[in-house]
Formats: sequence, C-alpha cells, structure tokens
Amino acid sequence: MAMLHIVNKSPFERNAFKSCLDHAVAGDSILMIEDAAVGAVDGTVFADDLKAAMTDKSVYVLGGDLAARGMSEDRMIDGIKVVDYAGFVDLTADNDKTQSWV
Amino acid sequence: MALVVNGVEVATDEEGYLEDLSSWTPEIATAMAAEEDVELSDEHWDIINFLREYYEEYQIAPAVRVLTKAVGKRLGKDKGNSKYLYSLFPYGPGKQACKYAGLPKPTGCV
Amino acid sequence: MATKKFMYVNRKAPYGTVYALESLEVVLIAAAFEQDVSLAFIDDGVYQIAKGQNTDGIGMKNFSATYNALGDYEINKLYVEKESLEERGLTEDDLMPIMWEDEDDDWAEKPSIRIVSRAEMANVLADQDVHYSF
Repeated sequence: MAMLHIVNKSPFERNAFKSCLDHAVAGDSILMIEDAAVGAVDGTVFADDLKAAMTDKSVYVLGGDLAARGMSEDRMIDGIKVVDYAGFVDLTADNDKTQSWV
Repeated sequence: MALVVNGVEVATDEEGYLEDLSSWTPEIATAMAAEEDVELSDEHWDIINFLREYYEEYQIAPAVRVLTKAVGKRLGKDKGNSKYLYSLFPYGPGKQACKYAGLPKPTGCV
Repeated sequence: MATKKFMYVNRKAPYGTVYALESLEVVLIAAAFEQDVSLAFIDDGVYQIAKGQNTDGIGMKNFSATYNALGDYEINKLYVEKESLEERGLTEDDLMPIMWEDEDDDWAEKPSIRIVSRAEMANVLADQDVHYSF
C-alpha cells in the first residue's frame, strides 16, 4: 500500500518537508513541487536528510518548479527523478494513496 | 473597449491600454495616437521604441523619472527632461507613451 | 523632508508564494519617493535573484529580469547573506550579476550585490530607519 507524499514547502523555511520524511515509510514516494523543489539541490544543509530517506523511498521533483527557481537538474542529488505534470499525474495514479504536506 | 485597426478589433482596457501586449503593431500605436489627435513623429517613435525595448529587457514599463534619465543618456541631454517629453506626450510621457507602445501602465503611476 | 533609510527584507523563494513579486512591486513604487533604499536577501530570499530562472514550465511570469532594472531606480544596495547561500549549496556565482550605472562616473557599471555575513547583516538591519518584511 504505497503512498505518494507531496511536499510544496521549502525545507529551509518550514518543517513540513522534514515531517514528511519522518512519516514516510519504506516503499513510499515523495514528490517535491513549488518551493519544495529547491530541496532537490545537493550540497545544502538539508541534503543529508533527503539522502537518508532515499535509501528506501523514491524521490521526484517537478522539473518546471526547479527551473523556475534557477536550479539546473545537474546540481540535484543523484537518484532524484525529474517529472513533468504528466509524470505528476502518473505518480498519483501509481500510488494507492496521496498525502500533501502543506 | 475596442480599437479597430485595419478592420481588426483590438482589445483594450477601460483606460485604453492594450489587453494583450503581444498583439501590438506600429499601426496600433498610430491608431491610438489618432484617437487623441496626435500624429506620431520620429521623435515620438524614438520614445515608443525605447519603451518597448526597455520592457523586453526588464519586463516592466519604466517610471517617468527612469524614462527621462534613460532618454537623456540615449538621445542626448537636450531630450532628457520632462519638458521635452511632455511636449511630445502632453497627457504624461509615462501613461501616454506606454499606451501607444502597447505596455501596461508604468508601475507606480496612478 | 529628511531622507530615511528604507530596508526591504526578502526571505521567501519566488513563485511558490506572492511575497517576492509583491516586494519588488512595492520597491519600484516606493522608489518614486527618492529615499535611501536597500534590499536584503536572507534565507530562501536568495532564490529571488538566482541566475537562470526559467518559468516556461509553470506558466508564471518570470520577473527575475526586473531586478536588473533596480539600478535605474537608484537602488543599488542589495545585501545578500553569505550563510543563507551556503546553507542552500549556493555561491555568489549562482546569482544574477545585478549592476547599476554610476552617472557621476561616466556611467561606469558597478555591482549592486554585496555579500555579507550573518553578523554583518544584523548590523545592516539595525542601521535602518524603516523595515518592510516580505
């Protein structure tokens, strides 16, 4: 019963992203949208938390939101997958449940 | 409000500003000016073209103060003053010239 | 009227919320009053002036180019907090090279961005008369 977790808050500004990581379980997927997209960048104070979560969870970022904030895909943490809006829809369809960490 | 240019209706807001920036043509500027009994000279076009270039680069219509300074720098000190700009655009260089240039009303202009 | 020192404090990433755009619009409007204006970019605010912003994928207006017009409005003190950049894996090279032209120096182009430490930023903020927070 895999769950898709959608995060839209910057990990540097709110604890929503951290709380999401603390509540997601193995096999779940995490999708970063809007301001949360900046969390995909490597070398940040948040990167280690996300990498730890990635050992047993899949992490995705909405490409348009990353590009809007001037962050190129080549500076992302290895293993994060970039999706577009169609990919976003696929993720919601592929998972049994969805939770938004607003 | 609508303006008819070459038989095509162009949508404008209640103050006469173009609804869709990308639909601008020089003919639209000429038609807008004609509605206010203004015949566009080369001097008018210098300002209109400058405004369009400024908007293209910075995504805003410059404030009158900025326009005045920039015109002085580009077209010569004798033109970089509000007297010159008001002689071309008596309704206010910001409002009137921006309208002809198809730009939104300048930020900070009431 | 005596000139007051106005500080606009920007702490949010652009596009996800409306704060960044609202701040920029207020700054441009307030510029008409010819006060001594400074901008601070702290925390996620540093993303507002990140280089290479492309909003094609989200269907919103890319207003990052407008920061380059600030020099025309005589706004040329953009303080960026070093620690905020570092926490986000960024350096000054990741920011737009925002410049202003010095009319008194034959229109020489000079950088508007000043990278300051958190301690220095605290002093910059303390030195202002009026603060607007976004």
